[in-house]
Amino acid sequence: MLQIRELVASVEGKQILNGLSLDIKPGEVHAIMGPNGAGKSTLGNVLTGREGYEVISGEVLFNGEDMLALDIEERARAGLFLAFQYPVEIPGVSNMEFLKAAVDARRSHMKQEELSSFDFMKLAREASKKVSLDAAFLKRGVNEGFSGGEKKRNEILQMMMLEPSLCVLDETDSGLDIDALQVVADGVNAMRDSERSFIVVTHYQRLLDYIIPDYVHVLANGRIVKSGDKELARELEAKGYGWLEGEVA
Amino acid sequence: MAANEFQQHALSVADSQQANAAFAERRAIAAERFAATAWPGRKTEAWKYTSLRSLQELTEASFAEQAKAIELPEAVKAVDSYRLVFVDGVFQADLSGDLPEFACRFSEANAEQKAFINEKLGTVVATQTESARNLFSYLNDAWLHDGVLLHLPRGASLNKPLYLVYVSTSEAANATLAHQRLLVWLEDNSQANVIEHYLSESVASNDDDVSSLTNGITEIHVGQNAQLHHTRLNLEDEAHTHIGGVHLALSRDSVAKCFALGEGGRLKRIDYQISHNGPGAELIMHGAYLARNKQLIDYHTCIEHREPHCNSLEVIRGIVGDKAKAVFNGRIHIHQDAQKTLAELHNRNLLTSNGAEVDTKPELEIYADDVKCAHGATVSQLDETALYYLQSRGIEAAEARMLLSYGFVNEVLSQLPYQPLLESLQVRLRARFIDEARKSAAEKLIGESA
Ligand SMILES: Nc1ncnc2c1ncn2[C@@H]1O[C@H](COP(=O)(O)OP(=O)(O)OP(=O)(O)O)[C@@H](O)[C@H]1O
Ligand SMILES: [Mg+2]
Repeated sequence: MLQIRELVASVEGKQILNGLSLDIKPGEVHAIMGPNGAGKSTLGNVLTGREGYEVISGEVLFNGEDMLALDIEERARAGLFLAFQYPVEIPGVSNMEFLKAAVDARRSHMKQEELSSFDFMKLAREASKKVSLDAAFLKRGVNEGFSGGEKKRNEILQMMMLEPSLCVLDETDSGLDIDALQVVADGVNAMRDSERSFIVVTHYQRLLDYIIPDYVHVLANGRIVKSGDKELARELEAKGYGWLEGEVA
Repeated sequence: MAANEFQQHALSVADSQQANAAFAERRAIAAERFAATAWPGRKTEAWKYTSLRSLQELTEASFAEQAKAIELPEAVKAVDSYRLVFVDGVFQADLSGDLPEFACRFSEANAEQKAFINEKLGTVVATQTESARNLFSYLNDAWLHDGVLLHLPRGASLNKPLYLVYVSTSEAANATLAHQRLLVWLEDNSQANVIEHYLSESVASNDDDVSSLTNGITEIHVGQNAQLHHTRLNLEDEAHTHIGGVHLALSRDSVAKCFALGEGGRLKRIDYQISHNGPGAELIMHGAYLARNKQLIDYHTCIEHREPHCNSLEVIRGIVGDKAKAVFNGRIHIHQDAQKTLAELHNRNLLTSNGAEVDTKPELEIYADDVKCAHGATVSQLDETALYYLQSRGIEAAEARMLLSYGFVNEVLSQLPYQPLLESLQVRLRARFIDEARKSAAEKLIGESA
């Protein structure tokens, strides 16, 4: 599904990723943990192709294809989805219009017919119900005046509508109360299948009680410094990152 | 001072028209004032950022003798209203409906109405002193023949909006001068909605075509405790110049809500002159201007707070692309007696290309000590993070740019209370912004390969 090999990338002339490698197979869930400023969000931004994030060396293959050669929107249409750590507010554009534009783009890429307004609304209402957002949120400006938790649930709503094959969740659990966390986790779990893969970036082991990962990685100083199974997350929760000092250096 | 070529020409065309005898004296006085007012140049404060040079190309322009037969847009027909249509300045009876008993055209006014019109015209905002600011009010007076009067008696409520549709059809071969006049007089406790909609019949393709001129002057008196909703859409196309104004006077405890939209056109200059003449009056104004190609749009708003306890809120947004230019001048003048005034003015601008320009100038002049005022003007570019967010959802770059521009103006647009008009404007603006984004993307590509 996704192969990252020796990825080196910089932002504003500052090197952040220092030879990061990761291999993700269809259907797998990989958790990435690591200290603040380690480069977790940078990885998401490099994968999606955000401007200003420069790849210096290394390669990223998505379904065997060179992903770095694609534009931001082409990567998304090919099935990559990033749930933002800080979702963006777009006043004046309704959530519904935004979702429709995104779903239309993805469907046309997959050579599927455009959904009728009626079918689309139906899908959107169902999805918003699943993430416990009142349908009224569909009419509001994108994320406009949403609480932190509502923004995160709106990310999951988009993910459900777009049905991506690789989902990157950047701290979607941060700042959520236990009910909202449950909603997010249920959303993710409902989408898990043998084809779809997830990268779940989190600081908290708690999320991984709900979304059971196949692998847990520690990202520090722009590299994966340790990998293990879900037990590694418990260990990190108990001991912090200090004991990995040797690997981190 | 000798009048310039355009001034002379405009007056001689006015003279050659068949004129409503009731206004002969007013026309004559106005013609003198117009001729005597020095033509504005760069040093004239009111016209500092907006050149009138292109009007000199109109020295062959004439007036339309007859109203052409045209097809009205569906959205216009869908508004449940008292509709009056003028084409190139001439009343088009076939497209117009019946008028309510409180309204008439000047040319059909009875003796009493004629006397009322003559008594009230020009009194809403004093424009008697010869000044560059009022230049086009004089010209409008000098052309006075037809026009529309809405005079609501005390306590009356107009059950549907009065909808004035002004269509221009002019082509390069026969540029026209058109003058429109509207007088709205709301007596105490009355209520009315008024829509003025300026549009072009066909979209001109060549922006170097000779431009036609429309000069639309509107005067509105809002009586005590009366309520007005006024909309002015200026959507004329590329080959068109519009210079006009809205004069609005608010009496004690009255409420006026205004909506202004200016899109396209070679040159648009709209002056809102608003006066709080009684305590407790309230003004809420929302507006947007959208300029692209080589267009120039200039809105001047001036609010006079003469009395205590009045409020005004003004929210104006602009999007300027290509090599277009926009000018916004928002003046708030709080007189000495206007204690407890609340006044807010917000002007935000979005520049969507490097060649675009905006000159925005909020002007606050305060002579009372117990007032609350806030004003702000900003100029910015499309938000890169928001663009990234949209693209990361698979939305094409041009469409993402369109959505951001659209969202920016849609926030103001949604204040428009007429659903068919709102929807057609939303469609129109989306098409416009996607076109603009595609064009700028193409230009960027050419630029990079060159
Ligand atoms: N646009 C940017 N401009 C400048 N520096 C940046 C930018 N984006 C990231 N950085 C820097 O890159 C480093 C890694 O940041 P990143 O956001 O990837 O960390 P993170 O692991 O996601 O941290 P956190 O857990 O706090 O979210 C930090 O030092 C950060 O300041
Ligand atoms: Mg981060």
